Amino acid sequence: MSFINYSSREINCKIVYYGPGLCGKTTNLQYIYNKTNPETKGKLISLSTETDRTLFFDFLPLSLGEIRGFKTRFHLYTVPGQVFYDASRKLILKGVDGVVFVADSQVERMEANIESMENLRVNLQDQGYDLNKIPFVVQYNKRDLPNAVSEDELRKVLNPRKVPDYPAVAPTGVGVFDTLKSVAKLVLTELKKGGA
Amino acid sequence: MASQLVMYEEEFHRINGVCDRLTKDANAKVVFLVDKNGQLISAAGQTHNIDTTSLASLTAGNVAAMGGLAKLIGENEFPNQFHEGAKDSLYMTLVGGRVVLVVIFDNRTSLGLVRLRIKKATEELEKIFAALAARSAAPGAGSPFAEISDADIDNLFSE
Repeated sequence: MSFINYSSREINCKIVYYGPGLCGKTTNLQYIYNKTNPETKGKLISLSTETDRTLFFDFLPLSLGEIRGFKTRFHLYTVPGQVFYDASRKLILKGVDGVVFVADSQVERMEANIESMENLRVNLQDQGYDLNKIPFVVQYNKRDLPNAVSEDELRKVLNPRKVPDYPAVAPTGVGVFDTLKSVAKLVLTELKKGGA
Repeated sequence: MASQLVMYEEEFHRINGVCDRLTKDANAKVVFLVDKNGQLISAAGQTHNIDTTSLASLTAGNVAAMGGLAKLIGENEFPNQFHEGAKDSLYMTLVGGRVVLVVIFDNRTSLGLVRLRIKKATEELEKIFAALAARSAAPGAGSPFAEISDADIDNLFSE
C-alpha cells in the first residue's frame, strides 16, 4: 500500500524480499546498499541474531528519482527466512506493494524453496493480497554454485505464472539490480493503474 | 487490497500543526507520526539528529509485533506503549487504528503530562484522518499516477 503525499510531493512504496532461510535476501539488500550513492539511500537496518541470521527484518530506504515532480521512494524489507519465524513474516507483508522471491538454486534447497513459496502465498492471502495479482518477481540466486539446478527446472517449479525472473549471484551483484528495477517498475505500473 | 494512504496539502498542515503543538504542550523533545506500514507522516521538535526514516520503520515493526502479541493473549491491540530509558523515554499511541503517534521526552516533563496531552492530540488527529479517508474515497480522487506513461517509468531506470 503506497503512501502518496501531495504536500511534500512524495510517493513511498514497500517492497518485500521473501524466500527460504539463507537464500540471500539480506545479501541482496547489502549489495544494493553498498553500490548506491549516499544521497539516494538511508541507513540499512538489520534486526538479526548474534549469528547474523535475520531475526525480524532488514530495512533499506532508497530514492529512485522523480516522476512528474513526485519523488519516488522505495522501502526495501527482507523477512526472516527460517521456518519458525512465520508470525514475523506475516507482519512484514502488511502494506506491501511488490514482492521479490529469492530462490536458492542449490538442488538440496528445492523443497525449502517450494515450501517458502507456498508460505508466501498463504501469508499474502491472510493480509488480503493475491500472489497472482501483486507485482511479483523471482530471482534464482546462487547460480555460481556447482550444485545449482538448471534455470529451466527452477522456472518450471517456482514460476509457472512466468513473471519476470533473473539469475543471480547476490554477493557479487549479478542480477541484483535487474531484480530490483524489475519489481520497482511493476509497482509503478500498478500505481499508474491506480490499483495499489 | 487495503486502500493507499493519500495525504493532501490542507490535512498535512493540520497534522503538522497538531504535532508541533503537542511537542510544546507536553514539553517533549520530539513528536513523530508514523503510518502503521512504516511511512513517516510528520515530525516535530528536535528531529535534526534522529534518523527519522529508520525510526518510522522500527516503530511500525514494533507496533506490528506488539499487535501480534496482543492477539495471542486475546487482546485486539495494545493501543499505548511506554518505554523508559535512562535519559529519554518513548511513548507510542495508536491513532484511529491506522497511524502511530510517537512522543520522545526526557525528565523536563512527566509521563502524566505527556499522556494527558497525547489524549487531546489523538482526538484531533482522529478527526483529521477520518476526513482524509473520506476525501480519498470520494469519487474523482483518482491516482495522480494515472497520467504517467511507460516512458516516464523507463526514464527512471535509464541511467
